[in-house]
Amino acid sequence: MTQPLVSVRNLKVHYPIGGGFLKGKPQVVRAVDGVSFDIFPGQVFGLVGESGSGKTTVGRALLKAAPITSGEVTLRVGEQGLNVAQMQGSSTQLLRRHAQMIFQDPYASLSPRMTVRDIIAEPLEAMGLTRNRQETDRRVREVAATCRLNLEHLRRFPHAFSGGQRQRIAIARALVSGPSFLVADEAVAALDVSIQANILNLLKALQQDMNLAFMFISHDLSVVAHFCDVVAVMYLGEIVEIAPTQELFARPSHPYTQALLSAIPPLDPDADRDRIRLAGEIPSPITPPSGCRFHTRCPVAEAGCKSIKPDWTQLSVSHGAACHRVADQPEMAAAS
Amino acid sequence: MANPFKRKTRKEDYYTASQWQLFWSRFKANRLAALGGAVLSLFIGIALFAEFIAPYSGLADDRNPDYTAGPPQLIRFCDSEGCQLWPFVQQMTSSYSVIEKQYQVEALMENGKPIRRNLQFFHRAGEYKLLGVIPSDLHLFGVERGKVHLFGTDSNGLDLFSRVMFATRTSLTIGFLGILISFILSLFIGGVAGYVGGWVDSTIQAFTDLVRVIPPIPLYMALTAMFPRDWTNQQVYFAMTLVLGLVNWPTLARRIRSYLLASREEEYVLAARLAGANGWRIVTRHLLPGFASYIIVELVINFPYRILDETALSIVGLGLRRPTMSWGVLLQEMTTVQAIQLTPWFFIPLIFFVVAVLSFTLLGDGLRDAADPYSGIQR
Repeated sequence: MTQPLVSVRNLKVHYPIGGGFLKGKPQVVRAVDGVSFDIFPGQVFGLVGESGSGKTTVGRALLKAAPITSGEVTLRVGEQGLNVAQMQGSSTQLLRRHAQMIFQDPYASLSPRMTVRDIIAEPLEAMGLTRNRQETDRRVREVAATCRLNLEHLRRFPHAFSGGQRQRIAIARALVSGPSFLVADEAVAALDVSIQANILNLLKALQQDMNLAFMFISHDLSVVAHFCDVVAVMYLGEIVEIAPTQELFARPSHPYTQALLSAIPPLDPDADRDRIRLAGEIPSPITPPSGCRFHTRCPVAEAGCKSIKPDWTQLSVSHGAACHRVADQPEMAAAS
Repeated sequence: MANPFKRKTRKEDYYTASQWQLFWSRFKANRLAALGGAVLSLFIGIALFAEFIAPYSGLADDRNPDYTAGPPQLIRFCDSEGCQLWPFVQQMTSSYSVIEKQYQVEALMENGKPIRRNLQFFHRAGEYKLLGVIPSDLHLFGVERGKVHLFGTDSNGLDLFSRVMFATRTSLTIGFLGILISFILSLFIGGVAGYVGGWVDSTIQAFTDLVRVIPPIPLYMALTAMFPRDWTNQQVYFAMTLVLGLVNWPTLARRIRSYLLASREEEYVLAARLAGANGWRIVTRHLLPGFASYIIVELVINFPYRILDETALSIVGLGLRRPTMSWGVLLQEMTTVQAIQLTPWFFIPLIFFVVAVLSFTLLGDGLRDAADPYSGIQR
């Protein structure tokens, strides 16, 4: 079996809020509270969940853009394993070279006063990856062409572009240093549906051409179904289920996953639907519920769910979930 | 036949031109700004080569006792005796008539004819050191005997043209150094406060507020009154540039700080960090360019104020004093009824001052437009 490219063990990201000098003890937001998963080379790893479930924070923590409180994040570069949580100096640069990010809002993620050429060249110039200006320019043109940007686009400023074009610029910037791992944080959520397809196809083509591994963060299940190989479902800072995409959509094991999937609008409006409606809002990550974090909204919760934290149950080699009632699931899956 | 490959390369270079190349090409397209820049370059040239351009030292050793408060001398080709091809000036005298209560100016006569003094270019006269190092005695122009006063003389018989040239140097450097000191201070202080944030920011802000609440004119007065009276003019001059710089940084520092504080949370800053850029690079390449237009305008608009500050202090006697020449000192000399009534050429330094301020404004506007890709239609 191949080694994972990215391996995450019990990752926690806690933010103190309030507090400070003479202001009392700060409260802690448990944005990410113990997640573990592996991403293999060339794999597209989907991360789904509601707003506030900690998807974005996981993505940022992998790139050392969010403070890692505890846990291990390892990125494999060649034969070397980079320990993301404890790195500094030159190994940070190695991480930046090999792991990059595509942001949700292409209107906010491009420096407004830099030309497209400078934006794309920034990783090369900031890290000194090229020997001279000619080499930088050649690399920029090459990547721009890969991302279907015209040469004359390069001297313009970001405001001259539409959302889809801007996202292609952001992709070009992410690719210019030749990474093996990309975090795409809601990369198509801000775009029109037709443009979404365009960008997704571009990402898919790039992923296959360059054997890139993706962490694809999204709340749009149809996009995830189209794009991802493996999907992890997050709820309130924890991963509740991981499965290969087809398996997840066919046999969801965690009640939260089932509820999410039942919310996808069917193509046939007359078809019978058993919508599982979840009551209430996602609880506060400052004071998460005891036991299973989902018990406050779970349609199948039992008495034990309130006090005992469910263990991770491996249903098959690649399919796992964290639920006390996962053993009862066949009937539930059949019902939905 | 033109080489198609070469042309393609040039086009590609254009498409991949850097920010500063684009900045420069936009700036050049703005005629007024280029004019302002050209005039200012002229002023800077004057400041650098004042000794060469001025025919005299502008100090007491070069005074013309026969021509006190004399009006500007015209460069002539003709007089009552006919014309000549080489330009000349007439030898004049000026003396105060107690009966008429005004200066009497007349041309000196020799054998019943007015005396012609031919202008000489690259004239050898008083010695000086060019740029402070190269010894020379060459002047742009002069006359063999007698003296030439293109802007007239002041009430002591000192050549106003020379004095204006030297004053340009003094005032420009005071303004420039004052601005430079306050700019560096505000960039550093505001930059650190805004980018680092947290308790560093709070501490710096407390200090900034402390400096800000002191009203500037009394502060100037207090600081300049601290200069010992026995200081040479040179010492006073350097101390003044320092004072002007040290008093004026808080406004800009605060604005830079709030701008950085507001924009460091932007996603493109995170993107830059992920691209491997360090703090310095993020501030200078990603954050400040968006603010450059404001900073440039702020600096350029402040420039005449620094000159005015110097002038104001000089007028109340706390700044530079004669025989040092600055626009402030020269403007002080014209604040008399006598200057308006009898010797209007004392106002010539004012023209220089106004032109300099205007050029700075035009240049500042042009730089702002060039720095801001969203301001104009040309791109």
